[in-house]
Amino acid sequence: MRQTTRLPSMDFKFDLREWWRNFNRKNTYVLSLVIFIVTTVAYLMLQPNAFEEGVLSRLLTSNFRTWLPVILLAIGQTFVMLSGGLDLASGSMVSLFNVIMAISITSNEEPWFNLVIVLGVVGLGLIGGFFNGFLTAYMGLQPMITTFATSFVYSGLALLILPDPWGKIPREYSSVYRITTWFGIPLSLFIIAFILIIWAVIKNRRYGHFLFAVGGKVDAAYYTGIRVTRIKISTYMISGFFSSLAAISYTLLTGSGSATSGAEMTLTSITAAILGGTSMAGGSGSLIGSVFGAIILGTIKNLISLSKMDSWYRLLVNATVIIMALASPGIINLFRRKK
Amino acid sequence: MSENIQSSEKKKFTLSPPVTALLLALLLFLASGFLPNGFNSLDTAINQAFNIIRLSSFLALIAAGQTLVIISGGEGIDLSAGAIVTIAVLVTYKFINGDNSMVLPVLFLVIACGAAVGLINGLGIAYLKIPPFVMTLGMAGVVTGALLVVTRGLYDGKVAPIMTNVIARDLVWGIPGMLFLWIIFGVLMTILLERTRYGKQLFAIGVNRLTARLSGVRVDLVVVATYSIAGALAAFSGFILVGWTQNAGLLVGNQYLFPSIAAVAIGGTLLSGGKGSYFGTMAGAIVIQLITSLLTTMQLPEAIQQMVYGLILIALLIAYGREKGIRL
Repeated sequence: MRQTTRLPSMDFKFDLREWWRNFNRKNTYVLSLVIFIVTTVAYLMLQPNAFEEGVLSRLLTSNFRTWLPVILLAIGQTFVMLSGGLDLASGSMVSLFNVIMAISITSNEEPWFNLVIVLGVVGLGLIGGFFNGFLTAYMGLQPMITTFATSFVYSGLALLILPDPWGKIPREYSSVYRITTWFGIPLSLFIIAFILIIWAVIKNRRYGHFLFAVGGKVDAAYYTGIRVTRIKISTYMISGFFSSLAAISYTLLTGSGSATSGAEMTLTSITAAILGGTSMAGGSGSLIGSVFGAIILGTIKNLISLSKMDSWYRLLVNATVIIMALASPGIINLFRRKK
Repeated sequence: MSENIQSSEKKKFTLSPPVTALLLALLLFLASGFLPNGFNSLDTAINQAFNIIRLSSFLALIAAGQTLVIISGGEGIDLSAGAIVTIAVLVTYKFINGDNSMVLPVLFLVIACGAAVGLINGLGIAYLKIPPFVMTLGMAGVVTGALLVVTRGLYDGKVAPIMTNVIARDLVWGIPGMLFLWIIFGVLMTILLERTRYGKQLFAIGVNRLTARLSGVRVDLVVVATYSIAGALAAFSGFILVGWTQNAGLLVGNQYLFPSIAAVAIGGTLLSGGKGSYFGTMAGAIVIQLITSLLTTMQLPEAIQQMVYGLILIALLIAYGREKGIRL
């Protein structure tokens, strides 16, 4: 964390390196944008007919509906990480909500009844997030181990409700999520864009400033009169809210429920957020970076399956590529220092 | 005046986290006696106590490296410990193959493997500035992936009889050999933390990296050393673990990963770094193992076990895992 404060220079010479450094500091997502472009170009090159009529739209639809749960979780995680916390319970909350919806949504009931269930799940997400936030922010427990403990409560509940994978979400619901497109752009992309637009508005208003202040330096934020505990609890509630959204999209995607559906997503979403330039110490990061991060992770998986690699090598290659991606700015810096 | 001094000297009655954890362990153990299928005579009680201590010693061994990494601060955490344990278990299992003379060479080989993985972790974290959480998580993937490539899911081997004798059987007076091993290990770890230059520097970088650097600590070097040692210790515990289970598996280490972090936290080590002890981790490991054993003895369904485990963990953290508030 070396930061040099410079006095504004008197001569206004345009220094490219200076500008680039400042640009990077302000826009933490630059690296993820670069990797995103590289992986996406590689992916499209491996698709033989990507630019034929309608193929691109189909690729967008099939990929983004699969990635949306992790993207949403990564977005929720970003809020928590911006305030300097960590939410290891978000994935098991997805499992819990996935299970609840799988057993209770049927085509026998009136549509409004199903809507009530979905709204109830969103409410539960807020409550679960509040529980996490209360324990970490209000009680002052260490976030990593506390949310890990609460994740056991949520995944245990999920297992209690539905020991074996089961579920029959009516096809008319899931197809709305799976195949709706407007002008060739799938519903899931509209959802992501909507969230990013709302965030762009909130970021520069009071809540956004407070959030970054709390993550940057808690004491200073406290002494300026920011209600630190409230902000911190609110981030966990936002994460819980996004967990419920992720669960809804996952349930619509698979049409069934499983008590372990979200278990893998937690660490993936954290990796996505960090890949997107969000700092685990808090105070710096962006939502768009986390979205890029999640897309990169999805694309790398796609690339590996497109390359028809021996399946024993997949985990090794996947993990190595992720480490290389995380290491790339550091490697560049190392070489620069040697000059 | 003298009254004032006296009243300020009258300290609030507080227990250090390790002692609290130990008392808690005792309480939990006594409580387990009241279960329908708990112990009912002194003999079985002692037996059960040894059994639990033996089981918790594995957890505590794996948590040893984790303690070092967490004390080093900078969001330090080692999520690759589980994968390193697995690789150690498989290497030991395959190369010893029931041969006593192979024990020492394989032990060195295993520790070298663990240290190498730890070294990569440390280099990535210290010099490439990758956050420890994702660096070690990624390395866990690389190690597990490499194991898959090499073994293709098939492995074969046997543990040497001498390992079984020392680790799994009773050594003298009905006391398991593992217990002696653990006590020696604990003393060595405490000496490393409290009485060596490295230990002092470790706590120094955990409290504040900048002040540590300004007072002459080579922070990057200490970080790399810490992750390497943590890798070596995880590998060592894998070596010991396979002596006890006498069986191997491709995911055998993963189940110990998060419990080991919980043991460190319950033992009073701050997850933000700079404060902690191995004694605390030992006590924490006993508490975690007791909870797990209790839940298993009560024969609750898996779902309830998970929930109770989570709730007990939360209760423990509330009891004494609280960080200092902002208000001074």
